[in-house]
Amino acid sequence: MFTPEMLESVAKVEATRKERMATEPRRMTAEEKDELLKKFHPDYRAEGFATIQIGPNKGEKVPLELGNLLHSNSRLLGEKIDLDKVDYDVDVLVIGGGGAGSSAAIEADNAGANVMIVTKLRIGDANTMMAEGGIQAADKENDSPVQHYLDAFGGGHFAARPELLRRLVMEAPDAIKWLNDLGVMFDKDADGRMVTTHGGGTSRKRMHACKDYSGAEIMRTLRDEVINRKIPVVEFTSAVELIKDENGRVAGAVLQNMETDEYLVARAKTVIIATGGAGRLHYQGFPTSNHYGATADGLILGYRAGAPLLYQDTIQYHPTGVAYPSQIFGALVTEKVRSIGAMLVNKDGVAYAHPLETRDVSASAIIRECAEGRGVETPLGSGVWLDTPMIEILHGEGTIEKRIPAMMRMYLNYGIDMRKVPILVYPTLHYQNGGLEIGGEGFTKTIDNLLVAGEAVGGIHGRNRLMGNSLLDIIVFGRNAGKAAAAKAKVVKLGKMNLDHIEAYAKELKAAGIETNDVSPLLLPKYARKER
Amino acid sequence: MSNEKNMVNIYLYGKQYKVPGDLTIMTAMEYAGYTLKRGCGCRHGFCGACATIYRIKGDNELKTCLACQTQVQEGMYIASIPFFPTDKRTYDIGEIKPTEQIMMELYPEIYSCIGCNACTKACTQSLNVMQYIAYAQRGEFEKCAEESFDCVSCGCCSVRCPAGISHPMVGLLARRLTGKYIAPETEHLKNRVEEINKGEFDSLIEQVMQKPITEMKELYNTRDIEK
Repeated sequence: MFTPEMLESVAKVEATRKERMATEPRRMTAEEKDELLKKFHPDYRAEGFATIQIGPNKGEKVPLELGNLLHSNSRLLGEKIDLDKVDYDVDVLVIGGGGAGSSAAIEADNAGANVMIVTKLRIGDANTMMAEGGIQAADKENDSPVQHYLDAFGGGHFAARPELLRRLVMEAPDAIKWLNDLGVMFDKDADGRMVTTHGGGTSRKRMHACKDYSGAEIMRTLRDEVINRKIPVVEFTSAVELIKDENGRVAGAVLQNMETDEYLVARAKTVIIATGGAGRLHYQGFPTSNHYGATADGLILGYRAGAPLLYQDTIQYHPTGVAYPSQIFGALVTEKVRSIGAMLVNKDGVAYAHPLETRDVSASAIIRECAEGRGVETPLGSGVWLDTPMIEILHGEGTIEKRIPAMMRMYLNYGIDMRKVPILVYPTLHYQNGGLEIGGEGFTKTIDNLLVAGEAVGGIHGRNRLMGNSLLDIIVFGRNAGKAAAAKAKVVKLGKMNLDHIEAYAKELKAAGIETNDVSPLLLPKYARKER
Repeated sequence: MSNEKNMVNIYLYGKQYKVPGDLTIMTAMEYAGYTLKRGCGCRHGFCGACATIYRIKGDNELKTCLACQTQVQEGMYIASIPFFPTDKRTYDIGEIKPTEQIMMELYPEIYSCIGCNACTKACTQSLNVMQYIAYAQRGEFEKCAEESFDCVSCGCCSVRCPAGISHPMVGLLARRLTGKYIAPETEHLKNRVEEINKGEFDSLIEQVMQKPITEMKELYNTRDIEK
């Protein structure tokens, strides 16, 4: 399957393997990392960003594509929506059917609330389903939540909101236990001890996994639990705008059937935005590891209603996306491949960096190698090698099939056997570090009755996220949001519903000199050739 | 890349389209002009949304695949199965127990398996589906869980099953039973949760939250890393 040029480079990778395996590549100093990031991380490319013109984050930096959506009008502007005709009337409305939304719904149901999930695709069509490598929790004797805090705080460039990060690390072991009690099959040894590994930037081996289907195993269990509890799930229906009452509190959402285009009104005492990430906006032209619906819808809904964003200008590019073959370009190659021993190697067979630097540093180093001519050319660009045969040399034959079967299968589909040959990788748009700002209890700070959970939240991780902390955050903050929303719903008395904020937003846009026919949220990326 | 000689003819629901031969079925549909709503999820082989059935012109064998993981071929007649009514039974995971009877109660149709192996042949993940159903019949849930672990619930097995078995749901039940009841309990997890609930880390975490950034940087940059 490889080109002759690739094969020539593979020979160099093989030639240096033995020597490389005898030494661990040096970790970079703090200064070296800073310099590398400034020079090569896409967050530092000014041409990829715009300035927000209106709203609470006016004057701040934002990726161009997200900026365009923020600077667009509501899909409902000029539409006549009869808010007196209520189609769904619930205590808690969860927007999004991924890991955070499902966890929230289960906990809200557990607390006795009348909860409903609305999701624009199917429940489980979410980045959670695609998370491969694992979930962090400081549950071993040599580890502690404080150590976890330090790793995540430093890895996120000391920008995480302490009250959010505290919740993340302190509630991590309980999140694992909750999942285990629901029936998630974690990798354990015969005595029941969790099989844990390192992730980039961890100082203790605290990565729990379910082979390399960690997110899928969690998501399908949560989905099954939602269905068992008979929690209503309205699929193929998107939330297109939040509804407020006369006191400016959130009171529900306008929904739209994705197939019939019909509008529906959902009234709710509390609303949880759990809409996930933005990979399908393809910032700076990057491919993405994200699912089809990752278009930042919740950020748009929240911002138009007046909720501020935090760290919307920091994006995570996963270092190891597929660079070749083109059919799976941008698909995720889990960090676990490096956790269990594979090194990153350039065209000349040189292990140019430690394989487990944090993701932003690791991605920047790959971009540097390729920009400076030490990458391997591919039909769609270039990439560096991930030396996967090392894994079986280190841990024995059969390790790849046992611990990263999804990766093996994905490559075998295209005739590449990663047990025998290295694979080509290049950074892929993976995670939105920023999002809507929340307080420690999960509520937005400016709009009553509105909560946010999961990837749509900004501030939990700071300006970079460690592997395994996202599967963790959707569970911890999803559960918390569900409990908090259910409790709040008991005391909420809703007023009269309105959509006045949509008109107000349109006026603000006009006043800022923005004339646009575009509408947002995007809902689905424009992939049909005629739409591109 | 998409020059004339690399183009192939495919048939989407019977209608012919000429598309670049290096595309997947999913991207070929988009090239042809479809805006996908059904039959498209994660696009990377994990969610099972894009179950697809196809036949190559001149060949009588029906094949099943995931549209996002399968490259187009000349003469491919393609129909997607965006939804299949698998039959999931509901239960309370806290109430049921991993006994042989539970499968009998919830999924009795597995005992009607006629051993045709059509499920295994249809599996888009190359799993031994019939084998994991056999394990479920015998109450060997751990083996069933292991054998079915890579299932993405696309439903291609169920589409082909003459006994009307919803295989992915059987595997899922076996996995939840295994994860909750059969796999050994994790002592260190239980202990840590108790320690946290007792407040043993409260003051330590407060201290670290209060530290100035310069001190945190020093702590971070000099922390010891487990080998």
